[in-house]
Amino acid sequence: MTTESLPAAAVHVDGVAREFGAVTALSGVDLTVAAGEFVSLIGPSGCGKSTLLRLIADLDRPTAGSIQVFGRSTEQARLAHDYGIAFQQAGLLPWRTVRANIELPLSLHGVGRAGRRERATEMLDLVGLTEFADHFPDQLSGGMQQRVAIARALAERPSLLLMDEPFGALDEMTRERLQSELVRICAETRAAVVFVTHSIPEAVFLSDRVVVMSPRPGRIAEVVDVRLGDGSRNDALREDRAYFEAVTAVREALHGGAATGLRGVETR
Amino acid sequence: MRALRRVGLGLAAVLLLALLWELVKAVVPEDGWSIGDLRVLPRTTDLAMPHVPEMLSRLTDPLAGASADPLWLAVLRAGGTSLRIAAVSWLIGVVVGFALALLMTRFALARSAVLPLVVLSQTVPLIALAPLVKGWGAKLDLGDVTWQPWMSVAVIASYLAFFPVAVGALRGLRSPDVLHEELFTGFAASWTQTLVRLRLPASVPHLLPALRLAATSAVLGVVVAEVSTGMPGGIGRMILEFANFASSDPAKPWAPIFGAVLLGLVAAGAVGLIGVGLGRFRRTEVSA
Amino acid sequence: MTAATATRAGLVTRWSHLLAPVVLFGLLIAAWQLVVELADLPAFLLPSPAAIVDEFTAFWPTISGAAVVTGTNALVGLVAGALVGIAGAVVAASSRIVDALLAPLVAGLAVVPIVALAPVLYTMYGASAETGRQIVVAVAVAVPVFVNTLRGLRQVRPVHRDLMRALGATPRQVTRQVTVPTALPFVLTGLRLASSLAVISAIVAEYFGGPRTGIGSFITTAAAGSNYARAWAYVLGGVLVGLLFYLATSALERWGVPGPRRR
Repeated sequence: MTTESLPAAAVHVDGVAREFGAVTALSGVDLTVAAGEFVSLIGPSGCGKSTLLRLIADLDRPTAGSIQVFGRSTEQARLAHDYGIAFQQAGLLPWRTVRANIELPLSLHGVGRAGRRERATEMLDLVGLTEFADHFPDQLSGGMQQRVAIARALAERPSLLLMDEPFGALDEMTRERLQSELVRICAETRAAVVFVTHSIPEAVFLSDRVVVMSPRPGRIAEVVDVRLGDGSRNDALREDRAYFEAVTAVREALHGGAATGLRGVETR
Repeated sequence: MRALRRVGLGLAAVLLLALLWELVKAVVPEDGWSIGDLRVLPRTTDLAMPHVPEMLSRLTDPLAGASADPLWLAVLRAGGTSLRIAAVSWLIGVVVGFALALLMTRFALARSAVLPLVVLSQTVPLIALAPLVKGWGAKLDLGDVTWQPWMSVAVIASYLAFFPVAVGALRGLRSPDVLHEELFTGFAASWTQTLVRLRLPASVPHLLPALRLAATSAVLGVVVAEVSTGMPGGIGRMILEFANFASSDPAKPWAPIFGAVLLGLVAAGAVGLIGVGLGRFRRTEVSA
Repeated sequence: MTAATATRAGLVTRWSHLLAPVVLFGLLIAAWQLVVELADLPAFLLPSPAAIVDEFTAFWPTISGAAVVTGTNALVGLVAGALVGIAGAVVAASSRIVDALLAPLVAGLAVVPIVALAPVLYTMYGASAETGRQIVVAVAVAVPVFVNTLRGLRQVRPVHRDLMRALGATPRQVTRQVTVPTALPFVLTGLRLASSLAVISAIVAEYFGGPRTGIGSFITTAAAGSNYARAWAYVLGGVLVGLLFYLATSALERWGVPGPRRR
């Protein structure tokens, strides 16, 4: 499946609400993510950004509104393996080697042994872990585990990548390196990405658009158009003037959205 | 090397136990030591507490009279009989227990309905089942095979053996993180795929101790079932028979006890071997 | 689906899960009764639940007396065995050599049918005393309590130990504030596991001789006299004792583990 053959938007969220009993986690959310677009969801704890991601992934159902992924229901999209997903914890199966972990979605969907092996080799190369193919997850650092998880999410060449704070548990240096890697990988695969994060610099560096959310009830406060430079990002960008301006814009949007103080947003 | 150390320590511990036995025998008065009517420390006469060397040397003497086999051989033979029956009942227990665990994993309602009854089932004294199983067995039409007493023993013992497997396997099959379960949902994996790729491998660390526990339960079950069904030839029956020699041949009742100890160790050891090839399933994911 | 129907559905689900074992149990008993009546089974094979309940009420004084004897044996053994197990674990946690010696011994005891000791214990303590049975129970109980307590004592997290050290806490304070609260849930879990072992061991030890006073002895006597419904009535008495022990130790365990229970 390639991005070009899909005229529909990657994700189309229309008037979505999610209530847990008396608590309204999300209300009145509208959002469209174009094919190949990188969109970050940012906001303080309890703003419903992870809930929104889970709704898109069909791990949960909205109480109102509808969500379409590439023009079909989220369930159809999940069953058709339209997206790859990565969480804050790598979630690797401890009894499988790195290679076998990357092959897992392929083998679940009936890809033959040779096909699996070829694709896993490609993916290992992509995330730079070729020499660790036969290691077990507990022999890897947290950053390496997370790279394996990303390779697993990409193994089926999805046109949509869903990521829930994938770098949240990593140290700052590892984090910046993986961000750069993710930018490169996205450029190569041309997949659309919905990326949940706590970190303003991370959101700004990675995204075409940053969706700023506010809590109680969770809703979209503002959408900041970033689209830095000519679209090709590199580490020099982190010191660019436009980058700092975008960081400021997002920070102000966050403050405007929740005047009572911000919890859980890192400004590092 | 480490295994050797453990064996050495085990032997040292057993030796200490024997020394303690002899110490009690030497220090405590012949009629024991009582607080009021309650005897706290045992009688220490040679009849009540034979010397340890005597217990051991009795093993090499003939079973009874001069012409019979030595006692240790008779004990080993009885132990072998019991071990074979225990193996069968372990197998029955594992199959039944695992089937129940699968059922309870698949259907939440089955779990809430069956699990309390599984727990309750273990409070039913084994002996109650003896006449039942014997009676039903006799009525069963198995074609050319006739129902043997040992089959009753195996069925009764499996009643103890299935429990740890059912509980342990259920816990193991339900042990994967929510994260992993959601990952498989995201992969649109079927229930069977999730079972084979996720739940079964994740259950191994819970399953191995459960299987060992089942072996121990099977041994206990066989010993008790032999007594309650009156099946001769096994170690349980031997314990009961030899107890009658307590006043005439005090070292003799100890022989089948040693046999029972050996039986338990062999059964648990054999099951422990299953875990040898499964090391990779005991790895845990460490997030740095 | 609106929020209201969602909660109602949740309530219905919760009730159905609470009722499920009761319904299943009722169905099983009804099926048992029906099978016995329709197939006209002889009491030797399986007496009907109604006949068992009749015998149970008729022989209640004897049954309750026997249940008290067996229950007392199990309780005395449970308490004694738990004390031995906990004391052993405390010593093993603080002394490496004791730990090294006890570990193989306990591992061995854990897989051995301890009830085999019953006959020689009857000789040692006298065949008319219950002491032998109580010792069998105590040894059987001590093993899981020891194993779980030791696991609990080793569960103390380094960060807590460091914290107490930084606060300059005395060993006594460390024990009270950190070690005991950490280990307690494990001890109580060991006790719950041991409770069913205690009752089983107490009953089984009666098959191997000693005074004919407890549930196990009465089951054999009734079965030998072909009073099968009565034997099952005694079995019911044994089930009740086992259930009582299980529920009591489960409640204790729940009390010792604060916060919401894990699934």
